[in-house]
Amino acid sequence: MTTVLVALAVVPLLAAVLALLPGRLPAPAVSVAAVAAGVTSLVLALVLVPAAAAGPVAAGFLRVDAISAIFILATAFLYATTAVYSIGYLRGEHQRADFARYSRLFWVGLNLFAWAMLCAPLMDNLALLWIAVEITTVVSALLVALDGTRRGAEAAWKYVLIASAGLGIALLATIVAYSAGASVLGPGYDLAIAPLLGAGPMLPPSAVRLAFVLAVVGFGTKVGLFPVHTWLPDAHSEAPTPVSAMLSGSLLAVSFYAVLRYYQIATAALGGDFPRGVLLVFGMLSLLLAAMYLIEQRNLKRLLAYSSVEHMGILAIGTAFGAPLAYAGVLLHVLAHAAAKGNAFFGAGVLVRAYRTKDIERLRGGLDRLPWTAPLFLLAILALSAMPPFGLFRSEFLIVAGGLGSERFVPAAAMVALVTLAFLGLSMATTRMLFVPAETGPGAASAPRREPSAWMVAPMIVGVVALLVLGLHPPDTLSALIAQGAAELEGAR
Amino acid sequence: MGPLAEGVAAPPSSYAGLTTGLAVLMLVIEFGMLQATLLRAQVRLYAAQSVVISILAVVVAFARSVPELYGLAAFSVLLKVVAVPLVMLRLLRRTNQEIAASRALGVASMVLLAVAVAAFGFFASARFGLAGPVLPAATLAVAVAIVLVSFVLMIVRRDVVSQAIGFFALENGVSLASMVVAAGLPLILEVVFLFDLLVAVVVFAVLIRVHHEQAESLSTETLTELRG
Repeated sequence: MTTVLVALAVVPLLAAVLALLPGRLPAPAVSVAAVAAGVTSLVLALVLVPAAAAGPVAAGFLRVDAISAIFILATAFLYATTAVYSIGYLRGEHQRADFARYSRLFWVGLNLFAWAMLCAPLMDNLALLWIAVEITTVVSALLVALDGTRRGAEAAWKYVLIASAGLGIALLATIVAYSAGASVLGPGYDLAIAPLLGAGPMLPPSAVRLAFVLAVVGFGTKVGLFPVHTWLPDAHSEAPTPVSAMLSGSLLAVSFYAVLRYYQIATAALGGDFPRGVLLVFGMLSLLLAAMYLIEQRNLKRLLAYSSVEHMGILAIGTAFGAPLAYAGVLLHVLAHAAAKGNAFFGAGVLVRAYRTKDIERLRGGLDRLPWTAPLFLLAILALSAMPPFGLFRSEFLIVAGGLGSERFVPAAAMVALVTLAFLGLSMATTRMLFVPAETGPGAASAPRREPSAWMVAPMIVGVVALLVLGLHPPDTLSALIAQGAAELEGAR
Repeated sequence: MGPLAEGVAAPPSSYAGLTTGLAVLMLVIEFGMLQATLLRAQVRLYAAQSVVISILAVVVAFARSVPELYGLAAFSVLLKVVAVPLVMLRLLRRTNQEIAASRALGVASMVLLAVAVAAFGFFASARFGLAGPVLPAATLAVAVAIVLVSFVLMIVRRDVVSQAIGFFALENGVSLASMVVAAGLPLILEVVFLFDLLVAVVVFAVLIRVHHEQAESLSTETLTELRG
């Protein structure tokens, strides 16, 4: 098993190095390497599932327990599907004057981005976790600016500045956590996570409280929690679409993983009340803000970005409910959201390419024009709105059930109401884009009824299958993994 | 070694006085960065602040025999006093811009705001009772004040170079805090943190250049297209 851990931390890096090689590999070889790395990572993550369900797997400073296995699986899944989608996406960028350079930088960035996101949950060390998350920031900020547009430059600057400032706060959290740990475990303490959890109630409470709040605000900046979410819609809308899919589906989740680790430490040291209260406030406010912005959103990719804020809010609320059922829901939600949001961005990317606009008002008659993408996009939106039979229905149901079970009636009811409001916004926009026929105006009639690329459709089919599997009947090993993860969040190790 | 006794009546030891003085000097330089109109001056002030924190690391390493801090001081001189300012100054030469853009606030209100924020940080940090083995608790309060004033700097200044410098100064504040509460943090981790700062600097520089190409200025006042 230790080779699996090491391989996960090396394979995406190899693909990035291949793309960087000065010898100039032919472009197809670079994309094949990325797809191979993505699929290999997914296979490795799947191999880890039964092992992590049985107990933690460790190799040096790499360690995977059930919680981290979930986040690795979500990231690896999106890495594989995004790599395939990118082949089709890049074919549409051929008209660029600097295409060779563009595609090379794209592949280097995409592989490095995936590498950093896979490394973050692998690290059994709060300092290395912070560094992995920081690397995701710098790599993805460059990817956001890759298109070389003025809007891209604006989004990238806001993103890198806000996220770096947030991570500065998270670094303070790391240092305070060290000070708390060193006061119990001695000065030789190296910020490993397991000993800190073991020290639990002996840790100085005020230091742990400070570290937790700093971590929620700091890493929360990258999760996209209100009020530090402001970079998120800009970056998601201006990045190349494959990057948007990975930003939304896995980067936010991986940052939430860091929050979850601090949550574990805080509950071990302080009991559940304080950390749950903090997460509930941030989660509710994020959900409220997202529901409001979803209603009258005019930009397709910003619409999906606010939907991500909504879902991150749901993760925070689910964790705040603090019941085993809700924890299981949160972990399932991470997986299902990765698949659904990946699909939604993939579909949006095809729509944007076909219509050459992100403006929802100008996207009309999608079902007439895109015979495959439009229905798949519709399914992704329905999945994001937690409609059965998709995975997010099951996960949100578990979260609400957990909230009701732990007698958090008001937050659970508020969550249902706000999720319904968000559904309204998403579904109104989608209905207009797909079902309202295109007006007969200049340019409208000339549109051919044709998919831009099969490479862009295939990953969406895989995503829908994954969502159905998660919603109808998750495989037994995956259920065991989620149950084990929920138990770990409960405090058993 | 051991926690320093912070007597109210007794005068502070010369060690406590020296280290606290150096920390306060960092805060003073931070205020200078807040006001500096020439971008070049701001980069130099950042370098000066980095010199002070490196000296502080050497003082602590010598007086409290924490040999790791010599290594940290060496790395931080290389990186924060030499590499980062060089990258930024080269960038300024290329973009050929000398004077910072307008600020969101006048100098007086900006300084007042920063003083208020710094005072808040100074007193709030005392509430948590965090003390380190090698530096007086007052230095932690100063570190928190530096972090908060860096935020003011990033918010109030309206050009990309000042905002980047604000982020680097924030990192200096965090380094100071880590010397207080985490002096024993393994050197390897500190070095990795610094390496990470280097990566961040390069990326900031790339994005500043991209911004300059697109907007033809360093001001952030044109960054208003994305909203809603």
